[in-house]
Amino acid sequence: MVAQDSHDHDAHGPHGNDPHGHAVHAHAAPTSFIRKYIFSLDHKVIGLQYYFLALTAVFVGMFLSLLMRIHMIWPTANLPLLGHIQPETYLSLLTMHGTIMVFFVLTTAPQGGFGNYFLPIQIGAPDMAFPVLNMLSFWTTFIAFVVILAAFFVTGGAPLHGWTGYAPLSALPSAGPGEQLGADLWIASIAIFCVASLMGALNFITTTLDLRAKGMTMMRMPLTVWAWFITAILGLLAFGVLLSAGILLLLDRNLGTSFYVPLVVVNGQIMGHKGGSPLLWQHLFWFFGHPEVYIAILPGMGVASQLLSTFSRKPIFGYKAMVYAIMGIGFLGFMVWGHHMFMSGMSPYSAFAFSIMTMAIGVPSAIKTFNWLGTIRGGRVRFQTPMLYAIGFVSLFVSGGLSGPFLAQPVLDIPLHDTAFVVGHFHLIMGVAAIFGMFAGTYYWFPKMFGRMMNEKWGRVHFFLTLAGTYAIFMPMHYLGMAAQPRRYSQFTELAYLQHLIPLNTFMTYAAFVTIGAQFIFVINLFWSMFKGPKANDNPWEATTLEWTTATPPPHDNFGGKTPVVYHGPYEYSVPGAPKDFVMQTDPATVTSH
Amino acid sequence: MGLALLAIIWLITFFSTYFFVAKTWWLPHGASTAAAFIDNQFALTYVLMGIVFVAAQGALGLFVWQYRERPDSKKVEYSHGNTKLEVLWTVLTAILFVGLNLMGSSVWAHERFAPAEAGSVPVEVTGMQFAWYFRYPGTDGKFGATSPKLMDPSAGNEAAVGLDTTDPASKDDVVTGTMYLPVSRQVDLRLRAVDVIHSFFVPNMRFKQDAVPGLEIHMHFTPTEIGDYEIACAELCGLGHYKMHGMLKVVSQEDFDKWLTAREAEKQ
Repeated sequence: MVAQDSHDHDAHGPHGNDPHGHAVHAHAAPTSFIRKYIFSLDHKVIGLQYYFLALTAVFVGMFLSLLMRIHMIWPTANLPLLGHIQPETYLSLLTMHGTIMVFFVLTTAPQGGFGNYFLPIQIGAPDMAFPVLNMLSFWTTFIAFVVILAAFFVTGGAPLHGWTGYAPLSALPSAGPGEQLGADLWIASIAIFCVASLMGALNFITTTLDLRAKGMTMMRMPLTVWAWFITAILGLLAFGVLLSAGILLLLDRNLGTSFYVPLVVVNGQIMGHKGGSPLLWQHLFWFFGHPEVYIAILPGMGVASQLLSTFSRKPIFGYKAMVYAIMGIGFLGFMVWGHHMFMSGMSPYSAFAFSIMTMAIGVPSAIKTFNWLGTIRGGRVRFQTPMLYAIGFVSLFVSGGLSGPFLAQPVLDIPLHDTAFVVGHFHLIMGVAAIFGMFAGTYYWFPKMFGRMMNEKWGRVHFFLTLAGTYAIFMPMHYLGMAAQPRRYSQFTELAYLQHLIPLNTFMTYAAFVTIGAQFIFVINLFWSMFKGPKANDNPWEATTLEWTTATPPPHDNFGGKTPVVYHGPYEYSVPGAPKDFVMQTDPATVTSH
Repeated sequence: MGLALLAIIWLITFFSTYFFVAKTWWLPHGASTAAAFIDNQFALTYVLMGIVFVAAQGALGLFVWQYRERPDSKKVEYSHGNTKLEVLWTVLTAILFVGLNLMGSSVWAHERFAPAEAGSVPVEVTGMQFAWYFRYPGTDGKFGATSPKLMDPSAGNEAAVGLDTTDPASKDDVVTGTMYLPVSRQVDLRLRAVDVIHSFFVPNMRFKQDAVPGLEIHMHFTPTEIGDYEIACAELCGLGHYKMHGMLKVVSQEDFDKWLTAREAEKQ
């Protein structure tokens, strides 16, 4: 443990570890395979463990979505090994796709993966504040993943109540297939995941506050660090609520309590519950669920900011505004959960308040977009693959963001709520944009993590196919939603007014085939480059932050026994009078204003 | 590479915008008093957001191409931003977003704050896995008692909603699987669900409201055109969610009265 090494809590002045001894890494480099790669305390190994867990999860989730799209278009298709997909199986696929993607990909990779690996290095720390907690947090996440996969293999199969698990459907084992043991495993997995995320959040917050190197003031932290830090605060406040909500749901299911279930009659049978409130679950779930959206996207915003500045060779436009915008989004993110509930039977008066707060959150989001454009403008843009993904992120963030003001208005939720419009909105912004942030991070940090470069040519092919492909899948969802196609429908044959939408749905399924195929280019590039890519130097992108000052890959204690001292802000590019077009944060010679 | 990026971003913007402007796919035909207001607010939002969308994507494509690195690139401007600009776009977006919201809120208030007006047609809507039932109180204007103990979904209609026939007020209650409404008269809905949450969605009426077990939710709308309109379920309710549909038949007041009388007679 190294937390006690730091005793200066002043967030504003230059401070950090005592360079004369206290910063020495408390745990020595392990030598056994198990302690080095399996139960490792090294934040870099744990970061990679999170990353590869998320990579596995994203392929599982993507495969489920492909099966869904096949079933929607060819419901009678007889698939090899899987046979004929039933409508209820479609709902299980949908539930598991959403849950795996939101928790084990969008929450796991950007924060647990990249955050774990690079937050300590970017602030000049030798490790996380609590390395053992960090290890526990990963392995708890791993157990959660195993538990959720187990839901596929139990009697009745995986639950069909959707990733939002609305009660009473999720609370009544007799409400549908998959609602027996599968649903219990689903809830248990989420509860375990919450515990893991709480441990991670505590670690990130403590590390950021206590382990910054000398001179690394809060306002000199890279925007990635700001994003991970605020994300950790959101996680700390949100996951506790979901954990409680999940435990109450388990009690309703297994011990006959009635937190969420009133007197209900399922298929003529009176259930033993009385007096519970289905809306209570929705309030608790979305109190977590909306901050979760920002947990997924904030790290992507941080990565995009970092990369746009680096590859435009220009300081980030409006650093302070960017920091305040992240804080503003985090703060407002806790006051908007009711916008998921405009049609739920919640008071129409409170809808009005939630709506105003939701529109207000568009303001910091817009500030970020303007600042990204301001960063590129007047720069000298280099188009290496990481930058392509950062630019793609901005495009997707704009597209996914602008459907927000439709859904934020209760009156427009009357036609649009629970239609494909919502699905298109959140896939573009918290799905695809966030994943573009991860791709950007992968191509950007790969040389530091593995000491080799990824293939640029195939990186570009992957980028163009993925950008065009994801737009081709998710932009049409807005048209479908406007035409009133409800979400979570396995077939469009029952309602006459949906028939004319089938050709568009078919087009989207073909687009999904192409886009998913393109992801194999990425995986092959990733693993091929790990072993065969050209060797990388310590700073291939000519970037300024601390991870580029150390060896590649970084040593066990990150800086090889030295403690960095920081003299500059994170994005000092093209400084007049400097010998190169970038000034490392640790460069004592050049004078900058930040 | 700059040009390729410009091309793909602009092409995506063009195609996305084209299908919105061409209205290739659009809101279903509106046939209620709310439709005009809701559609106006929708159109206003989509024009404003469309302008921002085209401007932002256009600028992104243009900038990455214009400021690409080349041998004769201009010197990079060493700047950390511009506070005046930050304040300007913060204020402008705040006005745009909050203003848009306030404009829509009067429509919301009209639809959801006020109770149904006097003389509206009372209809109880009950959602259950996987059917909608509609109950009319009959000539006495009173809904009779129902009981969970009497609910028998396999028998349909009156038995499905558990109508208690020992209650005198129940005698003339009519329960159907198809919803009939007179044109140009407000309907006073009371929404119920017996098992899980369902959502009563009538796209042509611009109406959607969850039906929640344990709650009785009152809502209203006014159909303005005679015709048949499909009813969907918009809240995931189980394996038959996609086929939980019904039909709303909007007819003249005369036909409505005739239909109701006939149904009453059938019951006797």
